[in-house]
Amino acid sequence: MKRTRTCGKSRDVRVPGALGSCSPQRARPRGWAGHLGLRKGKLTLLCDAKTDGSFLVHHFLSFYLKANCKVCFVALVQSFSHYNIVGQKLGVSLTAARERGQLAVLEGLRSAVDVFFRPREQLHPLQFLREASAGDLQPLYAFVRDALEPVDGGEDAWRCPVLLVDDLSVLLSLGVGPVAVLDFVHYCRATVCREWKGNIVALVHDSGDAEDEESDVLLNGLSHQSHLILRAEGLATGFCKDVHGQLRILWRRPLQPTAHRDRSLTYQYKIQDKSVSFFAKGMSPAVL
Amino acid sequence: MLESLLALGGLVLLRDSVEWEGRSLLKALVKKSALCGEQVHVLGCEVSEEEFREGFDSSINSRLVYHDLFRDPLSWSKPGKALPGGPLEALRALDKKTSSGPATIALDSLSWLLHHLPCPTLCQTLHALSRQDSCPGDSPPGEQVRVLGLLHEELHGPGPLGALSSLAQTEVTLSGTMGQASAHILYRRPRQHPTHQTQWFSILPDFSLELQVEPPLESQPRSDPHTPSVDPTTHLTFNLHLSKKEREVKDSLTLPFQFSLEKQQALLRPGLSQATSHIFYEPDAYDDLDQEDPDDDLDV
Repeated sequence: MKRTRTCGKSRDVRVPGALGSCSPQRARPRGWAGHLGLRKGKLTLLCDAKTDGSFLVHHFLSFYLKANCKVCFVALVQSFSHYNIVGQKLGVSLTAARERGQLAVLEGLRSAVDVFFRPREQLHPLQFLREASAGDLQPLYAFVRDALEPVDGGEDAWRCPVLLVDDLSVLLSLGVGPVAVLDFVHYCRATVCREWKGNIVALVHDSGDAEDEESDVLLNGLSHQSHLILRAEGLATGFCKDVHGQLRILWRRPLQPTAHRDRSLTYQYKIQDKSVSFFAKGMSPAVL
Repeated sequence: MLESLLALGGLVLLRDSVEWEGRSLLKALVKKSALCGEQVHVLGCEVSEEEFREGFDSSINSRLVYHDLFRDPLSWSKPGKALPGGPLEALRALDKKTSSGPATIALDSLSWLLHHLPCPTLCQTLHALSRQDSCPGDSPPGEQVRVLGLLHEELHGPGPLGALSSLAQTEVTLSGTMGQASAHILYRRPRQHPTHQTQWFSILPDFSLELQVEPPLESQPRSDPHTPSVDPTTHLTFNLHLSKKEREVKDSLTLPFQFSLEKQQALLRPGLSQATSHIFYEPDAYDDLDQEDPDDDLDV
């Protein structure tokens, strides 16, 4: 594996204010988070550099489940039980959500082995693992499409569909080319965002390694496709007990081309047991 | 600025980055062409038709023909919504569609095409599309075809970037500072030297362009000219200044560890330096004083 993962340390999060919202009417602006005001049909890119950004994944997962959205979770990094445990601390039960049909999970770690035990004609979402040459992610897209397709006729019990991916950099490590991953996200955008007015949230790692061209192409390509980029960075000065990192929020593809003044915000954060506290740079309670 | 970008014809390359996006400028150029009465064909690969048409009024939208490569470019959908033949055929088809009258083709984006088509094929198709084979005298200026290509710089290596750059008549590189966008424009007029121009601009919500003045560099905080500057060395108990004679002596001093010519001579001249030190060794009772050289038996 090109990339190493930190072994599953639970990052619990409850972000004050609405970091994401399914419909503009329901958004309750609370302080700074209010004007993040996500709308429907958007791609949010979560990016981490020199730190672990998975707390954002846990946040969005529990957020969208609580908001009664239909969620398709492509979980390639941790086991289902890990996400479930963290989700329980945040107040959602992934098991219950899966049972009532609200949540569809592709557990990469467990189902990767199934690829080799299925007959070739039945395409597994991770079929590319079986191909000798770098394949495309069409079976994975088909899985997402089937999981989130709105029920024909009659009202759907759930609100907008949401695709959550943890994470896309793992696909690079598994031998998929960056263009293939970009194509997968492109198709998901065309279907989930444009056709079904749902949202996509995907985590990608910024290796910071100037020689890792594939990772750079993937990150930059995704950044160009995104409407909102949340970038969790470690502090430049190193590890700190009271400030775990800083979060940069960057809006792209704004409706108003010249609204630059509001385009990016930076906050520092500290991850606690069941929540994350955010504060302006240099204003950590430990320092003041 | 928009007129000068559109005037040359041929390929206009818009190079943008994650921080300074170029789609707004592309749409501003599309709007300008449409307002001149031209047909505009847009090959949309990265954004949906609704998103591209957003912000244009109906008069412009009626002149805009959107060729949708966004929905199903690789024919993955079951009931195929793809354009027949895939991206390459869609690109070549634009050539036929623009054979009559002046037209503008907008490629959104060239990066997507470069990822899915081989670079030489793309370059050849672009060359044919922008009618660079024919001499400028053949077709009257009114029948020029303009190709606007949006390119995301960070996604490609220097090879493809250089190839596309050499095809372009006009190259615009977007950057900026302190919230203000700028365009560095390179014009390659035939039989003339390439000319550079830097223009600061902003794009208004209706996709018209507004030129800006270059933002001033951050000025240093200037000290108050009314307070006289105080010399801190006036009331010291020690002397910080050197007189001229002292300075001369100081400059002519040789430093102890500097290897100068005199020192080299002193080392080379034997005899005088032998006065120095001796080593007296007093062995313990248990010391083994073997005078033989332990390396003697090595056959080196």
